[in-house]
Amino acid sequence: MEPFKKLTGIVAPLEALNVDTDQIIPKQFLKRIERTGYGDVLFFDWRYLDDGKTPNPDFEMNAARYAGASILLSKDNFGCGSSREHAPWAINDYGIRCIIATSYADIFYNNCFNNGMLPITLAGDVVEQLFQEIRSADSYELTVDLEALQIVKPCGGTIAFELHPFLRERLLNGWDQIGLTLLNEDKISAYEKANGIA
Amino acid sequence: MAKNIYQKIWEAHLVHTPTGQDAILYIDRHYVHEVTSAQAFEGLRLAGRKVRHPEMTFATMDHNIPTTDRSIPISDPLSKAQIEALKSNCAEFGITCFDMNDPRNGVVHIIGPELGLTLPGMTIVCGDSHTSTHGALGALAHGIGTSEVEHVLATQTLLQKPSKTMEVRINGPLPAGVTAKDLVLAVIGKIGTAGGTGYVIEYTGEAIRDLSMEGRMTVCNMTIEAGARAGLISPDAKTVEYLKDRPYLPKDKSFDELAQGWLSWASDAGCSYDTLVELNGLDIEPQVTWGTSPGMVTAVSGRTPVIAELADANAKLSAEKALEYMGLAEGMPITEIAIDKMFIGSCTNGRIEDLRAAAAVAKGYKKADSVKLAMVVPGSYEVKKQAEAEGLDKVFTAAGFEWREPGCSMCLAMNDDRLEPGERCAATSNRNFEGRQGKGGRTHLVSPAMAAAAAIAGTFVDIRAWAYKD
Repeated sequence: MEPFKKLTGIVAPLEALNVDTDQIIPKQFLKRIERTGYGDVLFFDWRYLDDGKTPNPDFEMNAARYAGASILLSKDNFGCGSSREHAPWAINDYGIRCIIATSYADIFYNNCFNNGMLPITLAGDVVEQLFQEIRSADSYELTVDLEALQIVKPCGGTIAFELHPFLRERLLNGWDQIGLTLLNEDKISAYEKANGIA
Repeated sequence: MAKNIYQKIWEAHLVHTPTGQDAILYIDRHYVHEVTSAQAFEGLRLAGRKVRHPEMTFATMDHNIPTTDRSIPISDPLSKAQIEALKSNCAEFGITCFDMNDPRNGVVHIIGPELGLTLPGMTIVCGDSHTSTHGALGALAHGIGTSEVEHVLATQTLLQKPSKTMEVRINGPLPAGVTAKDLVLAVIGKIGTAGGTGYVIEYTGEAIRDLSMEGRMTVCNMTIEAGARAGLISPDAKTVEYLKDRPYLPKDKSFDELAQGWLSWASDAGCSYDTLVELNGLDIEPQVTWGTSPGMVTAVSGRTPVIAELADANAKLSAEKALEYMGLAEGMPITEIAIDKMFIGSCTNGRIEDLRAAAAVAKGYKKADSVKLAMVVPGSYEVKKQAEAEGLDKVFTAAGFEWREPGCSMCLAMNDDRLEPGERCAATSNRNFEGRQGKGGRTHLVSPAMAAAAAIAGTFVDIRAWAYKD
């Protein structure tokens, strides 16, 4: 997995609570058996008009100024609902590597780290402030520095964030979870032996 | 020291905690279905890895299969390929797969308990969020992503952080006409869709003890809609009784020995939890969701919210968007909401007792002409067989309801069963998200009896006042 260290990019706003994984990627796109190629259908029902092709002008992320965004800003309980990993796959494939929100649903949060993506949790007032700043600037970029655990704003101001040290290590090093666990294969075998598992 | 069930299961499955890392937790049972597994098997192939314990892994096809005549080939080439992929992956890696025409086939969370594959004290995972269902038998069970599916296939373990524990205690009994579905919707309404984040919930109290095993499954199933990692109910005599004669019980011990082992997982008297939420059973009424999140719920006697009366800006923003999407006015009585379609089924409410409750309501009635489609989708072939043996299918078809083959169907509308834009549905499933049952579709979550009554009346009605015919 590609390590995540530092990212500078345009921030796209998605002002909604409880953005669910059905909304991130609707079920009709879950039939494919690949991990890639879901970026075009990210937020499909919101992003396109009924023809499924024309960008919906009312969907804020579609504005030209957010094209090429690599950071997404949203609100409470982002990624709730279905466990489908197609949701982070679609976000990643679209080009977004980092999400900033007030909270996340548990399974989605784990899925992000398994795809080298960084979900950052910030307080409600800080997120509100970011929404305001994004909208009042013509072009708004943030730098996310995982090593320093801080976000640098265009004005030079910084926002500190917290992350479980192990999750930080995993992203910084791009560690493969399975490889990591298999370093302890002897412990798994010992557990199986002790519990009569052949 | 007195321990709760979560602590007991966690400790018994802890393989190792490498310094500074997540714990490695042993997984006893891994369920696999067609939609979230193909990429995991592909990952194994690319890395040259095997499935560590194929005999602990069971696969079924449920999400993406037709609920109509299955002797006709699946017309959608992508759906067909996905189903074929599961079949060939299972064959390649030596996993038992309940093919869509196998008599053991059904929705993964229905067949696990039904076959006796889900047992108290187990750790269970599946690439599906509603894996929490299995907690009803006292198993620590939760949904995982596809990368984690691959991890479990390869290592039979999962990397986990310990969860906090929440006791949700329902004091006293439930009133007549109020079901497990109403109970869990009321809990979600109280704690919110993120109220359980970071927690494993154990349900306790008289109303929970009174529930049947199937009712308990409904409660644990929707625990994920409260954001919790898992829902658990301590095993008791009902759990043991339910498991009697299930086909996949371990053969190396007598049933009494097994039962003793199962009961030992129950929370100890005097154990503690990180937090407690209490509800009075008698305060719970039949519930109907009005919005686009399961927490947007009220009693059938209630109304849609009035935006100005809501507390904070975020609640206003969400409610406004939800009412607009749902095509509902503020302050509208729930019983004035008319439906276009009705869906009974899913891992939440597709079991035999759910169908019995719906059939009791439908008996002697016809669906309203204004209701375009009322479909009943059993959760498994076993449920279908039992329902037909009891003549429930005849009751449904006489009422103008359609009787289908088992599957996930219109819960997530991945197959051809879906809502058209603007259509409103009374559904016994678990999610009322925007577009969940079809783009532009409007979903109201209710119990099976409430769904059947709505299909007959054409609008939501209070099931407590239903005139049952014999």
